[in-house]
Amino acid sequence: MEFEKIRDIIVEQLGVDPEEVTMESSFIDDLGADSLDIVELIMALEEEFDVEIPDEDAEKIKTVGDVVEYLKNLEK
Amino acid sequence: MNRVVITGIGAITPIGNNIDDLWNSLINGKSGIDRISRFDVSSYPTKLAAEVKDFEPTDYIDKKEAKRMDRFTQFALASAKMALADSGLDLASEDLDRIGVVYGSGIGGIETLENQQNILRDKGPGRVSPFFVPMMIADMAAGLISITFGLKGHNETIVNACASSSNAIGDAFKVVERGDADVIVTGGSEAAITPLAIAGFCSMKAMSTNEDPKTACRPFDANRDGFIMGEGSATLVLESLDHALKRGAKIYCEIVGYGATADAYHITAPAPLGEGAARAMKLALKDAGIAPNDIDYINAHGTSTEYNDKYETMAIKNVFGEHAYKLKISSTKSMTGHMLGASGAVEAVATILAIKNGIVPPTINYETPDPECDLDYVPNKALKMDVSYALSNSFGFGGHNASLVFKKY
Repeated sequence: MEFEKIRDIIVEQLGVDPEEVTMESSFIDDLGADSLDIVELIMALEEEFDVEIPDEDAEKIKTVGDVVEYLKNLEK
Repeated sequence: MNRVVITGIGAITPIGNNIDDLWNSLINGKSGIDRISRFDVSSYPTKLAAEVKDFEPTDYIDKKEAKRMDRFTQFALASAKMALADSGLDLASEDLDRIGVVYGSGIGGIETLENQQNILRDKGPGRVSPFFVPMMIADMAAGLISITFGLKGHNETIVNACASSSNAIGDAFKVVERGDADVIVTGGSEAAITPLAIAGFCSMKAMSTNEDPKTACRPFDANRDGFIMGEGSATLVLESLDHALKRGAKIYCEIVGYGATADAYHITAPAPLGEGAARAMKLALKDAGIAPNDIDYINAHGTSTEYNDKYETMAIKNVFGEHAYKLKISSTKSMTGHMLGASGAVEAVATILAIKNGIVPPTINYETPDPECDLDYVPNKALKMDVSYALSNSFGFGGHNASLVFKKY
C-alpha cells in the first residue's frame, strides 16, 4: 500500500515508468533524477504524507527503499 | 566580413505549428485570434488573444524535460528543433564550438512565476518548486537550446520587450558576419497569455477591448483600438554563406542589414514622429549598403494601437520619402496577434518567405482608411510580387527599435 503510493508519486515527479521503480532503484543512477528533482520529490512526499523531512534526513535518501523505510519509521 | 544567409526556419504560432501551415495562413489572411481559453476572462476588459492551438510539448520534448520547462521554453525548443531539421545541419559532423544561440524573449516564464507565487501565498516558501527559478528566467530558452543540441558557441539572450527577437536576429547576424561563429540559432519565444500579464496590459489600456475575434486586430485601420496578445515562437538558422555553400545547404535568403536604436524618450510611448524608429530603419539601410528606393516590402511592427501605427507610418515616410507610397507594407500581427518578444522572429520568417515565394502577406481587417496612416498596407489580400529587398521592424517598451534588412539570394 505504502510502496504503491510512493511509487505513484515517483512516477509522476520523475516521469518514469512504474515498472522501473523498485525498492532497490537509486534515484540518481537508475531513475535519472538530478538534485533538483530530488528536492521536488521530497516536497511532494511531505505534502502527500503530511510530514516534514529535514534537509539532513533528505540528504541520506538515495533509493526508493530509503524513502519507504524513512516514512515507515516516522509512523512509529 | 562574412555574408550571412538563412538556411533553416521553424515556428509555433497561433496560425500554424509548422512553417507550411503558418505560411498558408499568412497568405490566405487567416486569423488566429479567438476568446481566451487558458483562464477565465469574465472580469477582464479584454476577452481575446491569439493562442497557440493543439500544442503537445511531448511531440518535441521528452516528457520529464517538458515538465521542467515553462511554456515559452517549450515553444522555443519546438521551433528550434524544426529549424535545425530544416537546415539539414548534421550536428554530429560540425564543430559545435562554432555554433551558438542568440535568442529573445520579452518576459520569460511568467506563467511559472504566477503559479509559484500562488503556491508561496497558499502553502508557504517551503513548497516553492526548485524548478521555479530555472523555469522562469528568460535566458532558459537559449540555455536549453544549447543543452538539447550540444551547441557550445556564443550564447546569449536579448530581453528588449517587443523588439527582443529582432534584436536577437540582428545580433546573431553580426556574430556570424564578424566570424565569431559559423552558425547561430536565433529567434524568440513568448507565452504571456496569463492572468497577470493580460491584466497588466489591460491596465495600460494598450489592448483592444473589441469582443469580435474576427475584427479586433486591425493595424493601420482608423477604427483600431489596441493590440491583441499572441504567443508562440520562431527560430531561424543563420549561417555564413561560405559554411552554407560548403555543405550544399538550401538558402532562403540573405540578411544584409541591422539597425538598432533607442528612443531615449518614454517608458512606453513612442518618440514624437517615430524618430527613433526612423533612425533604426536608416541604420539598417546603411548597414545593408542600399538606398531607401531599393526596399520593396516592409513587414511593419503594426501593432494595431493608435500610437504605434501612426508613428510607424510617420517614420516610414521620413525614411522613404515619396517611395513610402510605392512600397508595400503589411502587419502580419493582424493574423498572429502580438507575440511580444517572439513577434520579430515570426515576422522575420514571414519576410523571408515573402522574398522566397514572391508573395507579400496582407494586413487583414483593414476597412476604414485613417488619414494619418495613408500608405499601401496590402489590405486583406496577399499580393504576388517580386521582392528583392525587404525590411522588418520591431519596437519595444523602453524605446527599443530594431530593423532588419533581408535580400533575395
